[in-house]
Amino acid sequence: MRLAPHWRVRAQRLQLRGEVCQCCGERLFPPRDVCPACHQPADKPFAFCGEGTVYSFSTVYEAPKGYERFAPYTIALVRLKEGPLVTAQLTDIDPSDVRIGLPVEMVTRVLREEGEDGMVIYGYKFRPVLEREAAREEARA
Amino acid sequence: MRDVSIIGIGQIEVGEHWDVSLRDLGARALLAALADAGIDRPDALYVGNMLSGTLGSQEQLATLIADWSGLRGIEALKVEAACASGAAALRVGVMAVAGGIHEIVAVLGVEKMTDLDGEEATAALMTAADAEYEGIHGTSFISLNALLMRRYMEDMGVPQEAFAGFPINAHANAANNPNAMFRQPITRDTYSRAPMIADPINLFDSAPICDGAAAVILCPTERAREFSSRPVRIAASAVATDSVALHDRREPLFLLAVQASALKAYRQAGIGPEEIDLFELHDAFSIIAALSLEACGFAPRGEGTRLAADGQIGPRGRLPICTMGGLKARGHPVGATGIYQVVEATLQLRGLAGANQVPGARWAMTQNIGGVGGTAITHILEGQG
Repeated sequence: MRLAPHWRVRAQRLQLRGEVCQCCGERLFPPRDVCPACHQPADKPFAFCGEGTVYSFSTVYEAPKGYERFAPYTIALVRLKEGPLVTAQLTDIDPSDVRIGLPVEMVTRVLREEGEDGMVIYGYKFRPVLEREAAREEARA
Repeated sequence: MRDVSIIGIGQIEVGEHWDVSLRDLGARALLAALADAGIDRPDALYVGNMLSGTLGSQEQLATLIADWSGLRGIEALKVEAACASGAAALRVGVMAVAGGIHEIVAVLGVEKMTDLDGEEATAALMTAADAEYEGIHGTSFISLNALLMRRYMEDMGVPQEAFAGFPINAHANAANNPNAMFRQPITRDTYSRAPMIADPINLFDSAPICDGAAAVILCPTERAREFSSRPVRIAASAVATDSVALHDRREPLFLLAVQASALKAYRQAGIGPEEIDLFELHDAFSIIAALSLEACGFAPRGEGTRLAADGQIGPRGRLPICTMGGLKARGHPVGATGIYQVVEATLQLRGLAGANQVPGARWAMTQNIGGVGGTAITHILEGQG
């Protein structure tokens, strides 16, 4: 059982915690020790708001081992409001309704389950921004 | 630095070799290359391989293959750079000979992917990506390429049918290559009716899972004629890197490492893209073929598919690519692919490519890519008449 690798990234996976480079201001997700933009040390935590838009997407039918139960599911590159791209699954949406530019928000869901006695690993997925869609519809009515 | 040449080549037919083990595949290609060069015992063996540990629970692979080839005792090391492992091993071999460390070096690429079921192979290929930030989300290697292809189609206004030219060319060329996995030509109609495997990537946009092994023998160019009447000079050998994860790139639709390695290679060889007579590019996916042509200076951005559509990539076109079938139709036994490309380019420059011979070929470029452009390794070969 792989415990430590999942435990040590809990703040990233559950709170979308990254970093901001104090030298050039680049917002980094995931966090790393050296800013890829200016190559200076990066160490100041930064919590992303969790909102973004779909940059690209693809639906997985032939899932890698460990993900068969979720198939078909849609993988996306999400452009976060603060700048970075993240790779994540989309959830709460029919694959045929996904389009580039769709506004999405982060939610916490099960990423994978490692068998009957194994771990259940939680992390971020993204869903369409439901509340605002509803509010807009209300406003129209 | 010494100039380095290829004096021997060997390859095994790419396919599903259920009756041949990883070590035997490797040994057979290696022995064929040594026989071609008339060499009994090289000074060193470098083996390009990606998945022996993951799929075969086997490391120390180079040591094992040296022993099973009757070369117990020599220097033997495995080199890994995901799908670019083959070219990475060649890069190490070139450095060893160019640097005067060794005289005769054997370089082998070998991969065995069909011993486990498809889901295991799919998961294993994903180790080429960023495990903690791409793999954990259930991303498959195909879906990473699908993300690129979809955004490319949207931004560049390119329809899916525009990519058909790449697999059509690959299959047409493989039909004349006895070592290719898929030797049947396909048509535009076959392509448009193919099932999606990760939308918008269809069955013919993706290279197959397979087994294979190929090898080359190197020596200093000044000694090449001792061993071969038609040696091929390695005019350039260049590696460049980018982020492993697609999401860590500012502009995912331009393969910076591919461009950087090609530019370094052009500089080393003292030529430009217009002088390249054939290009064995890394068509693991149709989208990567298009992006590679753009990054290497053969097409403007967004126009990589037009070369294929205009029929310019066939053996008698302006820029022949994948002349023996490419990754798509010769097959893509990942860690072996980079060496297959060099073996095929050597056949072209020796004038032994049969029906697919590029007339008067002098300069051949080969390019092997690890992951979705994380590692790019470009070699330029020059025929010696």
